[in-house]
Amino acid sequence: MTTTTVRLSHGSGKGLQELLSTVVMPALIPGGTGILEDAFVFDIPGRRLAFTTDSFVVSPLEFPGGNIGTLAACGTINDLSMMGARPMLMSVSLILEEGFAFEKLARILSSLSQICASMGIKIACGDTKVVDKGKADGLFINTAGIGIVQVGISLSAAYAKPGDAVVVSGGIGLHGVTILAQRENLHFASAAESDCAPLWPLAKAVLDAVPQTRVMRDATRGGIAAVLHEIATDSKVSIVLQESAIPIPPVVKGACSFLGMDPLHIANEGRFAIIVPADWADKAVAALRVFPNAKDACVIGHVVEKDRFPVLLKTSIGGTRPVEMPPGELLPRIC
Amino acid sequence: MAFVNFSDDSTAKLLLDKIALASQSLGQVRLMEVCGTHTMEIGRLGLRSLLPKNIDLISGPGCPVCVTPGSYIDAAADLALSYGARIVTYGDLIRVPGIHTSLEEAKSKGADIDIVTSPLIALDIAKAHAGQQVVFLTVGFETTTPASAKAIMNAANEGLQNLSFFVSHKIVPPALEILIADKQLGLSGFILPGHVSAIIGQTPYQFLADQGLPSAITGFEPLDILAGILLVTDMLRHKKSAIVNAYTRIAKPQGNPLAQELVYRVFRVADALWRGIGKLPQSGLTITDEFGFFDATKRFSMGNIDDSEMPEACSCGDVLKGRIKPVECPLFGTSCTPSNPVGPCMVSSEGSCAAYYKYGA
Repeated sequence: MTTTTVRLSHGSGKGLQELLSTVVMPALIPGGTGILEDAFVFDIPGRRLAFTTDSFVVSPLEFPGGNIGTLAACGTINDLSMMGARPMLMSVSLILEEGFAFEKLARILSSLSQICASMGIKIACGDTKVVDKGKADGLFINTAGIGIVQVGISLSAAYAKPGDAVVVSGGIGLHGVTILAQRENLHFASAAESDCAPLWPLAKAVLDAVPQTRVMRDATRGGIAAVLHEIATDSKVSIVLQESAIPIPPVVKGACSFLGMDPLHIANEGRFAIIVPADWADKAVAALRVFPNAKDACVIGHVVEKDRFPVLLKTSIGGTRPVEMPPGELLPRIC
Repeated sequence: MAFVNFSDDSTAKLLLDKIALASQSLGQVRLMEVCGTHTMEIGRLGLRSLLPKNIDLISGPGCPVCVTPGSYIDAAADLALSYGARIVTYGDLIRVPGIHTSLEEAKSKGADIDIVTSPLIALDIAKAHAGQQVVFLTVGFETTTPASAKAIMNAANEGLQNLSFFVSHKIVPPALEILIADKQLGLSGFILPGHVSAIIGQTPYQFLADQGLPSAITGFEPLDILAGILLVTDMLRHKKSAIVNAYTRIAKPQGNPLAQELVYRVFRVADALWRGIGKLPQSGLTITDEFGFFDATKRFSMGNIDDSEMPEACSCGDVLKGRIKPVECPLFGTSCTPSNPVGPCMVSSEGSCAAYYKYGA
């Protein structure tokens, strides 16, 4: 069945890639795009800047460990951070549904502003629209941000090289499982708390310790699997992961086996993958472990010459299997 | 209770060595894993690459979503779009292509569709939408039938007027009887579904052993699966044929009598249409007259779900019967992929084609 209309599965993973490459990009940028990074990096005299934007439609709006406001702040902060840019300015646009409570709006927005304040980011501009009851799900937020790229840093999804190490900044899958647990009433997973966090301090620590860092990507929708697929494809390499090395919190493992999902496909909002030359992996890990939310940072695999599959996994019992690009979100709207 | 790690690497290696030893003197061994969860787990572990070359694992018809008829999907979409019913379903049914449409397509046209992990949640949904007819898509094998029966019984006890159940439940043993009659398959034995067995017990499989097919009731952790394979291989080596239980911590020899009683209060055995396989006698469940009020086919005066047209060139039928491996289908991986599935085996998370595609077998 060939689709001619947008489905929910076009919201992430392979479905999103297809929508972008067949409809969105050809219409927006007819000349073709280069590699799609987390943020666009450009030069003005004396400065290298990064620019990005992100929209947030999560349901439920509030969840253990955060709310749509914390996501809206962290999403843009993290996209800039992944390009080695200190976030400086942010715009905040709101689409509100008629009937939304002032109190809840104020609570969500102060979460957003507190994170910006803690990172020294100025909320510089914004916009507010109200739509009829039933035309939006309470509140949608768009943020955009500008950051200043650290001097001497050059990161790209195209820079991974065979021999490099793959580091993850902590236990994976907590955000996605938290949202699923709330939405699907999974009582056994109700203790899960989103990993949502601004990643600039962590990214800066890695870059200060290892300026040779080649790639950083936050593993949001589509999880670790999706970002590693993108890196492998853009760098024309393959990535081999060690299953036993991947930090997966027990609650994520439990929820995934119950729901038939792969933890590598589950969204994170405060975890990122880092590719560094192998000799520097320990330094990167040590720089991360200083932070409480990166105490489980570790090497989970390495980069090899391009193979038939972009991402492979050595399983705990010694088998090898490819890691699939998530085909598209079945359970929608987690960020 | 001592904690047992059912994915312990060193025990796994030990079991693999034992399987290699047991299969040394054997010719080609063709074991069918009936259950879709086994198929996925075998792929996830990369197990095929670790087994001796003469052990071939064949995937069977054990994905309930894959064997649900296309006309059933179309009828469910029609209930939502034409009758304004609210459809409540397990998530993996959403993207399954019917003959003309899918629930995902119906949803994009505005159909009310809720995804749940238990039929009991359908009762809450019905209460929350008192003005709307709510229909639960009641599919699955023996593993899900007790929960369906419980939901129907609760709906009856609570007198819920706006909830009904569109039943396409299947039962496993009759399908196995059809499969072993197909000599082309040349099966040596079965890896039997652990959770189905937890409900029905060991006896319903006895005909397999009687026909010279050693089989093991098998769990789903790495060591469970390896133990199941080892037990069957060992029986083959000793020319024994029995039904053994490698999942004693969950599946009892008599199954779960309470669940069985519940199921057969609410359902009775009937002929059923299996997608890609055809109509199999006495291989499904239908709601008994006592609970007929909750039967969606009666409430909405639906015609028979009686055709199972497959897309042209789609070989899901042969895949489900184990006649060919997914990679032998001409559409596999080219025009049929998980993001653009042609046949049902590619779409369900437990479908054989999806497992082969996902895990690159």
